[in-house]
Amino acid sequence: MENNPDYSAPPLPASPAGEPAAAVAQRAASRSRRAFIVGGLAALAGVGGWRWLLTRPDADGTPWPFRRVLDANGRLSQAYFRETRLAPTFPKSKATTRQNGNVGLGSFDPAAWRLQVQGYAPPGAPARTQEFTLADIQALPRVDMTTELKCIEGWSIVVNWVGARFSDFLAKYPLATANGHSARYVSLVTPDEEYYVGLDLSNAIHPQTLLCYEMNGRPLDGPHGAPLRLVTPLKYGIKHLKRIGTIAFVDERPADYWAELGYDWDSGH
Amino acid sequence: MKRLVEKHPLAIRWFHWLNFPILALMIWSGMLIYWANDVYRIGWGRTTLFKFFPESFYKAFNISQRLAQGMNWHFTLMWLFIINGVLYVGYTLVSGEWRHLLPDRNSLREAIQVTLHDLGLRKGEPPVVKYNGAQKIAYTAVVLMGAGSLLTGLAIYKPTQLAWLTGLLGGYEWARAEHFILTMGYVGFFLVHVAQVVRAGWNNFRSMVAGFEIVNAPGPAADGPAPGPAAPTLPA
Repeated sequence: MENNPDYSAPPLPASPAGEPAAAVAQRAASRSRRAFIVGGLAALAGVGGWRWLLTRPDADGTPWPFRRVLDANGRLSQAYFRETRLAPTFPKSKATTRQNGNVGLGSFDPAAWRLQVQGYAPPGAPARTQEFTLADIQALPRVDMTTELKCIEGWSIVVNWVGARFSDFLAKYPLATANGHSARYVSLVTPDEEYYVGLDLSNAIHPQTLLCYEMNGRPLDGPHGAPLRLVTPLKYGIKHLKRIGTIAFVDERPADYWAELGYDWDSGH
Repeated sequence: MKRLVEKHPLAIRWFHWLNFPILALMIWSGMLIYWANDVYRIGWGRTTLFKFFPESFYKAFNISQRLAQGMNWHFTLMWLFIINGVLYVGYTLVSGEWRHLLPDRNSLREAIQVTLHDLGLRKGEPPVVKYNGAQKIAYTAVVLMGAGSLLTGLAIYKPTQLAWLTGLLGGYEWARAEHFILTMGYVGFFLVHVAQVVRAGWNNFRSMVAGFEIVNAPGPAADGPAPGPAAPTLPA
């Protein structure tokens, strides 16, 4: 017999030579039976697990075990999140546009628009609401940023955005803190209250999260969220709420339009 | 004379059979995600030889309009895929099983011989070992592809927090394409693998379930002066 040419591996263990053929056959049969029974049971358990998963009650549009995993994934990525990590930027010349999504952009009077901000009001602190005009936002340091917008559908485009940093807004108007504490979340809602998103405050104060009023060198137009929208390369496009009506700083995780339809609440990058 | 040869350790069999439904569901849920932006094709300019995927394919597998569901499956099962893969690689390293799997300097030549033989272009049996050169290359490659799927997947899952990785892979668009190409690679691997397993027959298939293979070993006298336990010849 030729030497085993499996160069470095030791030979496979074998039953003793000279064992009667009947004994070998019997052992093979009983081991096979056992292995196939265990395998069959494991396969049945897998099918059972699949059916169990799909029959669990929904938690916001998806069986609750999925929601639990998505939320755990979200907590993990928030724990890993650092505001020093920046999304890559691109030359302005690469900027293009692709309009997608009209929810929350119903009938609207631009002249009457004011940004309503509900300050953080933990138990014991007084409720505060403050109104801002677009000029108030434009008076903040102007940031020009060209980043990649990633749609949850899977496409991406490079867009040039101009706006005020959310963090600069809060530095000037400290509405996210009260009694020395900070809110955990930010809620954003369109004026018609049809579209709404939530994000962690830590994401909102990332230097690339903007209250945006210009896109690709022009003031925002209606379909892109005039007069003011959220832009953040820390999230899929679904979180880039167009036409901000109200911003609120809260401790409870805010409602989120797409998260109620089965998507990940965090949807973070 | 028939002997039982212990071919696949129990742990390897579990890793193998757990990976099968996990990877299948990862590919399926990946299809549900891909559908929402199905831009890949084989072609040039305005000529398209094949579009990924034709409408009939989506219909046949009920893939349309299920993006959220696909993402939820994908980002749940990714944990099982990662854990199973890491345990598998760890086990092959600790147990020494990697010695059977890792290609060596002879594997390429051997793989060519095996391929020619399997295509009926070459006479004579290729060397008979636990894994021949073609298998070593294929099984090692598929593990590297798994690592590639993990990395390209992370690059499109967290392209800002892991911007260095996404950049290294050529940017977000490229990383997505690479993730897709690797997936098509698994489908190709699967088709060849199943065809080869069918060819190799029941004795070989059973060894991935029950662990052993029955081999025809020559009597003790024919084993020659080789020290230690004899190394019986394995079919396929």
